[in-house]
Amino acid sequence: MSDNKILDRIVPRQQREWDIKGALNFILGGAGSGLLVASPFAAMLGADPRPFVALGMALVAGGLFSVWLKIGRPWRAFHVVRRPSTSWMTREALIAPFLFGAGALGVLTGAPLFVLIAALMGALYAYAQGRILKANIGISAWRRWSCVALIVVTAVVEGVGIVAFCAPFWPSLAPLGFLLAALIVARYIAWTNYLADLRRTGAPKGTLEAFDVFAPRFLILGHAAAIVFALIGAIGMYPTALALGGAFAAVAGALFKYTLVCRAAFTQGFALPRTPARGRSKPGPGLQPGWQPPQAS
Amino acid sequence: MSAQANADKRYVMAIDLRRCVGCQTCTAACKNANATPPGVQWRRVLDIETGEFPEVQRTFMPVGCMHCANPPCMHVCPTTATKLRADGLVTIDYDICIGCANCVMACPYDARSIQHIAKYAYGTPMKSEEARFEPERLGVATKCTFCKDRIDLAAKTGQTPGVDPEVTPACVNSCISDAMHFGDINDPNSNVSKMLGRTEHFRMHEELGTDPSIYYILDGDEA
Repeated sequence: MSDNKILDRIVPRQQREWDIKGALNFILGGAGSGLLVASPFAAMLGADPRPFVALGMALVAGGLFSVWLKIGRPWRAFHVVRRPSTSWMTREALIAPFLFGAGALGVLTGAPLFVLIAALMGALYAYAQGRILKANIGISAWRRWSCVALIVVTAVVEGVGIVAFCAPFWPSLAPLGFLLAALIVARYIAWTNYLADLRRTGAPKGTLEAFDVFAPRFLILGHAAAIVFALIGAIGMYPTALALGGAFAAVAGALFKYTLVCRAAFTQGFALPRTPARGRSKPGPGLQPGWQPPQAS
Repeated sequence: MSAQANADKRYVMAIDLRRCVGCQTCTAACKNANATPPGVQWRRVLDIETGEFPEVQRTFMPVGCMHCANPPCMHVCPTTATKLRADGLVTIDYDICIGCANCVMACPYDARSIQHIAKYAYGTPMKSEEARFEPERLGVATKCTFCKDRIDLAAKTGQTPGVDPEVTPACVNSCISDAMHFGDINDPNSNVSKMLGRTEHFRMHEELGTDPSIYYILDGDEA
């Protein structure tokens, strides 16, 4: 079935409305919010959290700017705050000023309280991003709690990964490798749970194919290699190894979100419980073209 | 105001899949009534081929906005541009919509489009396209309205949507095989209530909890 012919849209099709600019809101916003969450841990290990808070805010701002470039009517973007009752996009937009406010005060004063509040806002921001995706029930790959969990865990892994990447500048960050390794394990669990959820409930074939292509790289580079480097960095006190582990973990997270938004996001398509009897024909069996049926557990 | 006058109503469409012949007249009627640009179709008919030769079957299924009673597009809309009227119509306020496409992702029926630049059938606009061009539709989400201007007219004139052609959606009026029907499902004596009462039908992706307003008839009494 061609994507170009609107009349052929029976099978699920890859969504095209949110391209890389839309995906960057999740890639940069997720990494930035995760970095805000990770900043207090950096402070606990003796590093100055302010550069991390500043970078976290810059990444979140970059994500918002990217999506602002994407929307059809950017000069009326302020309307985005009008439906806090149900829209997680509104809630994300409402969290942002508090995130930037607390982050700015944290950078200016260096007060731990503001760094902690910025971390809390970062966690809420990442959660809101997960819920934005979950609320979009037209996309099977997104409309599930396992996706929310994966988005949040990925954000935190990216944040800690970016802090770990800076270990050569703050050698005292070396023990962060243990936390990074533990979080990568958590992401692996969330990832496998997510894939199992997709197969258990059924999903568009295109979604599963996109993840099948992505999974080996994600597991080898984003998990196995990242854990090895993180542990080498932590146990052997090698900042460069820790930086490599952080880079692998963070880049893998970004690639996952690109895949989730731009590659694996397929529409629902259409289905028939059975075909109708037309004229002298008999009713036929039901069908849902382009769909991988649920797997028996 | 018209929707408030219709607060006790819920307008739905009933489509008899046994009757639809896939002629796309409803598609053309919709384009004519709503002046949608090339590539945007608020009403379209899917052509589904099943079976293997010689037991091959074709099913034609008109689809579009299902005007859900629990519309996911409205819940995700951050701007309140998408609203659910009291009479069951899901509407978009083009002056508020920011074209974020969140609703496009939320709709399980692939019913919404966003046209970012003006498009014409032959590149440059014909006079008819110029005359009916609506710049407020650029960069915002658009979809089937159930021809809401006609429904609103019914509230003023006292006519009955689904019975009087002037206040009935263009696609329903145009159907050559009498497959498409429109009316108030809250009225037990309406055409659609009676039809659905005597037929076997389903609604698309009901399991997603959207409570859609298009019923597809598969079997039962045609009389």
